[in-house]
Amino acid sequence: MSAARPPGPPWPDPIVAVEGARFAYGGRPALDGVTFAAREGEFVGLLGPNGAGKSTLIRLVAGLLAPSAGTVRLAGLDPAAAPRRQVAQVCALVPQEPRLDWPFTVREAVMMGRAAHQGLLAIPGRYDTGAVDGALSACDLVGLAGRRVDALSGGERRRVFFARALAQEPRVLLLDEPTAFLDLSHQVATMEMARVAARGGLCVVAVLHDLNQAAAACDRLVVIGGGRVVAEGPPAEVLTAARVAEVWGVPVWRGEHGVTGATIVLPTGAARREEPPGVPREPGGRVQG
Amino acid sequence: MTSSRRTRLVLALAAGLIAIAAAVGLSCLLGPQHVSLDAALAGIEPDRAILVGLRLPRAVLAALVGFALAAAGTALQALLRNPLAEPFVLGVSGGAALGGTLVLLASAGLASLSGPAGALLGAAPPVVVGAILGAVLSTLLVFGLGRIGGRLVPEAALLVGIVFNAFVAGVITLLKMLVPPEQAARLLYWLMGAIGYEPPGTLAVGAVVILAAVGALAVLSARLNLLALGDEEAASLGVDVRRVRALVFFAASAATGAAVALAGMVGFVGLLVPHLVRRVVGPDHRLLLPAAALFGAAFLVLADALARLAFLPLGTEPPVGAVTAFVGGPFFLWLLRRSTRREAEALP
Repeated sequence: MSAARPPGPPWPDPIVAVEGARFAYGGRPALDGVTFAAREGEFVGLLGPNGAGKSTLIRLVAGLLAPSAGTVRLAGLDPAAAPRRQVAQVCALVPQEPRLDWPFTVREAVMMGRAAHQGLLAIPGRYDTGAVDGALSACDLVGLAGRRVDALSGGERRRVFFARALAQEPRVLLLDEPTAFLDLSHQVATMEMARVAARGGLCVVAVLHDLNQAAAACDRLVVIGGGRVVAEGPPAEVLTAARVAEVWGVPVWRGEHGVTGATIVLPTGAARREEPPGVPREPGGRVQG
Repeated sequence: MTSSRRTRLVLALAAGLIAIAAAVGLSCLLGPQHVSLDAALAGIEPDRAILVGLRLPRAVLAALVGFALAAAGTALQALLRNPLAEPFVLGVSGGAALGGTLVLLASAGLASLSGPAGALLGAAPPVVVGAILGAVLSTLLVFGLGRIGGRLVPEAALLVGIVFNAFVAGVITLLKMLVPPEQAARLLYWLMGAIGYEPPGTLAVGAVVILAAVGALAVLSARLNLLALGDEEAASLGVDVRRVRALVFFAASAATGAAVALAGMVGFVGLLVPHLVRRVVGPDHRLLLPAAALFGAAFLVLADALARLAFLPLGTEPPVGAVTAFVGGPFFLWLLRRSTRREAEALP
């Protein structure tokens, strides 16, 4: 607690720092030298076409995969090498299609988020119960706490896994397509929960496909294409018509939301599919096959 | 919350112990020869010899085997994330039987060269070790071949187990040709899953291995809850997946191997019992695993008593493995139909 670090203007040190990370599945490259950072208190949206490497990037951050080159730091840890328990105390991941095949109740499922803070037999203490109560109410699940997870609707089930991640009390919250397969009201609720978590001091990184949703909710957007970071910055700067056309291969109209002022992009024509989408076409740039 | 779980655990364990005591008592008192408990306690022969010398050890043996198989089945179901997993169906029992058979045959071969050395190898500890090794290797094989593209596919692992079972049956049939007929008949009866009258030494070795293995599984039961979610989720919740899975593999294989060494291949106990107990106590493995182990013990004691008594008029008795297969086979098919139907309904 001595030698307190002076508050760094304008942001504290990034809690997630990826430098020059490469990763390939078998022989197929997924990430080709990605440099990416995220800080506590910000909500970062990861955008890019299918297969661009977004999910791979958050798996590297969570330590579920190890980069073949480059470094990944998570709160000072090397997440792929550090003990899983230590990583789980810092970082929670809500997977794209979370599964729960056994008939646990909502409360039991959320309590599993406390495992990294508990002993071998995971006997819940008073603090654990409090954390679970907080997560249940943050995700509007108090009324469902005694229900069986396998009897819930898709949207309710997503909230359970979000609550489990919150109960984990991480500093970094990774969301892999949190709004996929949800109806509009659940999409809005999910993005709001993520925003609230970021305002509460968490570093929230979400893989998103809906550009307008990302522009409305995120503090910062990072666009990945062909295994590299193509652009990053505030939504209004990142989502230009030219860039969307280049990365996704879709000509768009770009405007502003009449009420919120958020950036909006809407397609104006058919997608161009002569080239693989997402390949950065910088001069001399390597084209991925 | 915590106290209610503790109450449920105590209730489940108490019910399991009472069930075992009742089953053992019933099994000891039922039989062709009427015996009186009072006479046995007073030391009057032959009541004492029948009860304490024959029926009680046999009931204890059945209880141990059922205890091991139900616990191993529960653990394998969590690892495979599939309620159809079971040591017998997955080929783990088959691997154990092959390991045990190889040791027995080696002892028979050695006995023809040098009697004492052969008898030594044919004694309890080497057969138990052979069966455990066979169980561990077959578990590695089944779960290794059940991985497709780095991901465990439960259906693939189950298929591998079933094919491996057929393979083992063929190999054992071939091996039987190598030994004299009367030894082959004994081997066959053992493999069919017969609760016999084991010498105290065998019972002791088996009991130590089984209690240690099931104890290890009980200690890991909270981790089993997380492993049952999937590898990635368990890892992101803080589980060292590889290490915990290796420990569970080893403990479940050791329990199965020791059970097979004691009683041969008794199938479907690890399928029936965990399923029924899960319906009552729920999916939490901290409750489910110990409760399933205890009720598995009671179940097999009763199944063995039934095997002993059902064919009494004919003067023969089938191995208990035949009884459990008779009940468990149709149950497996029912569970299979139910789980595939549920999956079909879950499709959008």
